[in-house]
Amino acid sequence: MHPFEISWLRLMAAAALVLIALALSLWQKLGLEKGLVVGAIRATVQLVAVGYVLVWLFDVDRWYLVLAVLAVMVIVATLTAARRQSKSSGDRRAIVPIAGVAILVGAGLTLAYVTTVVVHVSPWYNPRYLIPLFGMIVANSMNAAALALERLQSEMEARRGEVEAYLALGATPGQACAEATRRATVAAMIPAVNALAVVGVVSLPGMMTGQILAGADPALAVRYQLVVMFMLTAATAITAAITVQAYRRTFFTPAAQLKPRAPS
Amino acid sequence: MSAAEARAPGPAEPVTAFRLRDVRQVRGVRTLLDGISLDLPRGGFTALIGPSGAGKTSLLRLLNRLDDPASGTVELFGRAVAEYRIRELRRRVGYVFQTPVMFAGTARDNLEAAHRLAKTEVPAVGDARIAALLELAGLDASYADRPAADLSGGEKHRVSIARALTTNPDVLLLDEPTAALDPEVADRLMHTLAQLRETTGITMVMVTHRLREARVAATYVVMLEAGRVVEAGEAATVMHDATHARTRAFLQAGEGDAA
Ligand SMILES: Nc1ncnc2c1ncn2[C@@H]1O[C@H](COP(=O)(O)OP(=O)(O)O)[C@@H](O)[C@H]1O
Ligand SMILES: [Mg+2]
Repeated sequence: MHPFEISWLRLMAAAALVLIALALSLWQKLGLEKGLVVGAIRATVQLVAVGYVLVWLFDVDRWYLVLAVLAVMVIVATLTAARRQSKSSGDRRAIVPIAGVAILVGAGLTLAYVTTVVVHVSPWYNPRYLIPLFGMIVANSMNAAALALERLQSEMEARRGEVEAYLALGATPGQACAEATRRATVAAMIPAVNALAVVGVVSLPGMMTGQILAGADPALAVRYQLVVMFMLTAATAITAAITVQAYRRTFFTPAAQLKPRAPS
Repeated sequence: MSAAEARAPGPAEPVTAFRLRDVRQVRGVRTLLDGISLDLPRGGFTALIGPSGAGKTSLLRLLNRLDDPASGTVELFGRAVAEYRIRELRRRVGYVFQTPVMFAGTARDNLEAAHRLAKTEVPAVGDARIAALLELAGLDASYADRPAADLSGGEKHRVSIARALTTNPDVLLLDEPTAALDPEVADRLMHTLAQLRETTGITMVMVTHRLREARVAATYVVMLEAGRVVEAGEAATVMHDATHARTRAFLQAGEGDAA
């Protein structure tokens, strides 16, 4: 079966759907017009550009170019996860390196496992598999890192008294903030756990939908989707654990003291 | 030095628990402590008094290294606090916070926390010891199995004092332990603390704004203002015959204290 073609003209027809949201925004004075228009244009430009990059990448077929693209994905995800982290008594300069390592390790290990043990990608750098798989993994790792950073920050702020009470009783920093780190890790993993529970019932995952629309056998699409779900769970767990365990250290001095609040 | 030795100074042992020299503390551009030099007596009951914002809490936090000073030295029993292993120092120098924080679980869980944190260094507390600690802090044994979160403010304070004693400390630091209590409950707690010091020989350093407490329980008084020591000396001398006008003014203003 061949997928039905979408011509540029038909794509324009689809873009008209955004007008509905635009009309709602104008009518209800939601102030979302600019965001909608800019967002729609950005999405178009970004996806079309990605399409060309993929075509080119499949064409030239060089392993180092594929790795370079993966690296760019990690960097963009890292900067996005680290952005918007508010003032904190932890070390803010540590946020970017921590998120970077957590995303790289969480997403990298997962991708390596999936492409060697599960999917048997060949050649090992085949961009047709690596790029879309890594895109999904990195996006999840990015969310996990952002959630972990944000939650740990607020837990450490709210639990200063508890943390110091533990320290005063002879606790190690790790023991003193155990409840904060536990909660931050849970917060980062909840979306992945929830996604496992509702997939196929509440949500039909985008990848599976896309594959089926593009003409793939639904049974195969389902199996791919399961692989994706499991791999996202692993990436989320690894990234969350690394982020939380590394970031919580920055709240303490080498003498096991909770650093003072950041001056306001 | 064993805990027992640390408590009862022998003839050749230092009579000073904490020795501070030229201690400064800063936060941002603010100077919180400005050239503090003090010798706090071992086995004594030191009251740290002074107006709100004087730096009393900032000073107390240096004594078990919850903070380090920006400059200057702090010694305990003749040795810089920075030379102790930090967890060991904190077990030997208990700290009772102004706002008590209860850990999850029952009062018993709170009293078992120190052992859970350091299985080999802190012995497990049996029922008898839990009852004894609660009694020391002025609570009866039936409190052991009450959820800590449901206790009243005064009861939480007492549990946090008992909890600080579970490591068998040589020194107990208390930050306004009676501030949130009714005068009657506060009196009972002060009585308990004075008794505790007499029976165990533990060194006490207490921040208080209730002058009557300093008068009744303290053996040594330090008057702090704007990050400096205004006056320090034997309680009887400072309380009845303050040399400095600032101290006299502070003490007189405090005569009308509810407590
Ligand atoms: N982390 C901090 N940052 C800035 N100022 C602080 C900080 N901690 C305390 N201070 C200020 O230092 C002064 C002394 O505080 P503190 O030691 O708590 O006084 P006290 O216990 O005698 O009331 C106060 O004016 C307080 O606002
Ligand atoms: Mg204070």
